[in-house]
Amino acid sequence: MILQGKVWKFGDDVDTDQIIPARYLNSSDPKELAKYAMEDARAGFAEVVGQGDIIVAGKNFGCGSSREHAPICIKAAGITGVIAPSFARIFYRNSINIGLPIFESKEAAEAIEEGHEVRVDATSGVIEDLTTGKNFQAVPFPDFMQELIAAGGLMNYIKKNKMDK
Amino acid sequence: MGMTITEKILAAHAGLDEVKPGQLINAKLDIVLGNDITSPVAINEFEKVGAETVFDKCKICLVPDHFTPNKDIKSAEQVKQVREFAHKHEIEHFFELGQMGVEHCILPEQGIVGPGDAIIGADSHTCTYGALGAFATGVGSTDMAAGMITGEAWFKVPESIKFVFKGELQPHVGGKDLILYAIGDIGVDGARYMAMEFTGPVIDNLPIDDRFTMCNMAIEAGGKNGIIAADETTMEYVRGRFKREPVIYKSDEDAEYARVIEYDCSKIEPQVAFPHLPENTRGISEVGDVRIDQVVIGSCTNGRLSDLRIAAEFLKGQKVAPHIRCIVIPGTPLIYRQAMHEGLFDIFLDAGAIVSTPTCGPCLGGHMGVLAKGERAVATTNRNFIGRMGSPGSEVYLASPAVAACSAIKGKIAGPKEVLSK
Repeated sequence: MILQGKVWKFGDDVDTDQIIPARYLNSSDPKELAKYAMEDARAGFAEVVGQGDIIVAGKNFGCGSSREHAPICIKAAGITGVIAPSFARIFYRNSINIGLPIFESKEAAEAIEEGHEVRVDATSGVIEDLTTGKNFQAVPFPDFMQELIAAGGLMNYIKKNKMDK
Repeated sequence: MGMTITEKILAAHAGLDEVKPGQLINAKLDIVLGNDITSPVAINEFEKVGAETVFDKCKICLVPDHFTPNKDIKSAEQVKQVREFAHKHEIEHFFELGQMGVEHCILPEQGIVGPGDAIIGADSHTCTYGALGAFATGVGSTDMAAGMITGEAWFKVPESIKFVFKGELQPHVGGKDLILYAIGDIGVDGARYMAMEFTGPVIDNLPIDDRFTMCNMAIEAGGKNGIIAADETTMEYVRGRFKREPVIYKSDEDAEYARVIEYDCSKIEPQVAFPHLPENTRGISEVGDVRIDQVVIGSCTNGRLSDLRIAAEFLKGQKVAPHIRCIVIPGTPLIYRQAMHEGLFDIFLDAGAIVSTPTCGPCLGGHMGVLAKGERAVATTNRNFIGRMGSPGSEVYLASPAVAACSAIKGKIAGPKEVLSK
């Protein structure tokens, strides 16, 4: 799978309260949640983000609450992938489970600037900054997680491997 | 090579003799938990794949505690969905209003979780139960859905950091100060993906409520779980409550740790975490003059009876400063009743504070004490992120019940010394 889009840049330790403030968690509808994506990190983000855009953030992206609404809302807002030096544990897990591609690369996260055009090969983890021509390699996923990703997320994997037997 | 307590519990639940950090395992679960925010997403996933039954109706806990009593129509709809699911699948541990308490207060209190368990919860503070010598970790809603169907979850066995708390605890310093101090030291990602194992003579003598507070905030250092080996204090707490057989694990002498960190507790004073990260800690003597508008005493971190007693100790015969809104939230109906019978409510009400029914409410800016732009709160809760308690232009300072109560009296961030020396 190839992702290509415009980059939106965020800092270190962006927590899930900034990604989707709790005041909007009285809904679990992805379309509703998408209206408030990243609101407390950058007000009005949902209005400017485009389908296919990519977030490039600092370390420990998605720290804090376990709310799956966080990866759900950015995915529903149009974001197709997130690149960061590191992800908080639950956000990492949730993203794989719901099928939001995430990529760990300190070099890419530091070098890529807001507004750059980026292309990512989700299978190989190769990240290309099309604006500067620089290439980066994301940390590869363990085999089991690749299986989950290939199955289209955890529930599809469960359905295939645990329920149909 | 020896194993840590976390590795031992994971190995036992994966049916393996031994596990090593980094290993991916599939573990059987003793309890799967969700609340009114995370369960609706999990139920949708559960139904979307066509699951018809849960793996064990006695091992699932559904606790609508975040936006309850329902704060608005949408919240009511979410709780309704959870309630209908609970009834349909005859979920034993569904907590209706009246029985409902803040999830991480009520599960231990009701003896649903105990030593040796492996627990997942679609709530990041599920790590609280590590205080009982259990492996407990927060996950998202999809993991919860999968857990409800299969009774299993996949884990990467975490590396462990061993924290050794030595020396003498100073007066009015408790579990909240110790964990804030540790987070201040290692940072909000200092234990990312790792187990935080709390040990040492100070922990050996630490009451169970303080242990819950410490394990509760392991996630604020990025930890996968916090854990304290079960001892006599633990057994005294679980005796007569925990319905299953406790299994006690201890780390081997030759267990391997990624890091060992020692603290001399005689040097730790009451701690305050400044906005907007729990790692921005300062000793109370270094806080300076910070005027506040609101104080919240409660939550899964500090909503237990001993927390309320500490707050009452300072508020007794005192008045909350005129410009302060002081909100006290007992964590469960039992704590609420005990506090009432002990006369703590009179102390709080005489001081000009209010007492709320159990709810997560203001901790996450839900209801029952949301902040306006420019307002500041001292809270015994666990997060001080931007907008956590309301407006993105508000500020939250995290502290212990002692510091919160003293701050309410002084109208600014204040420690026990300032109140007691008057």
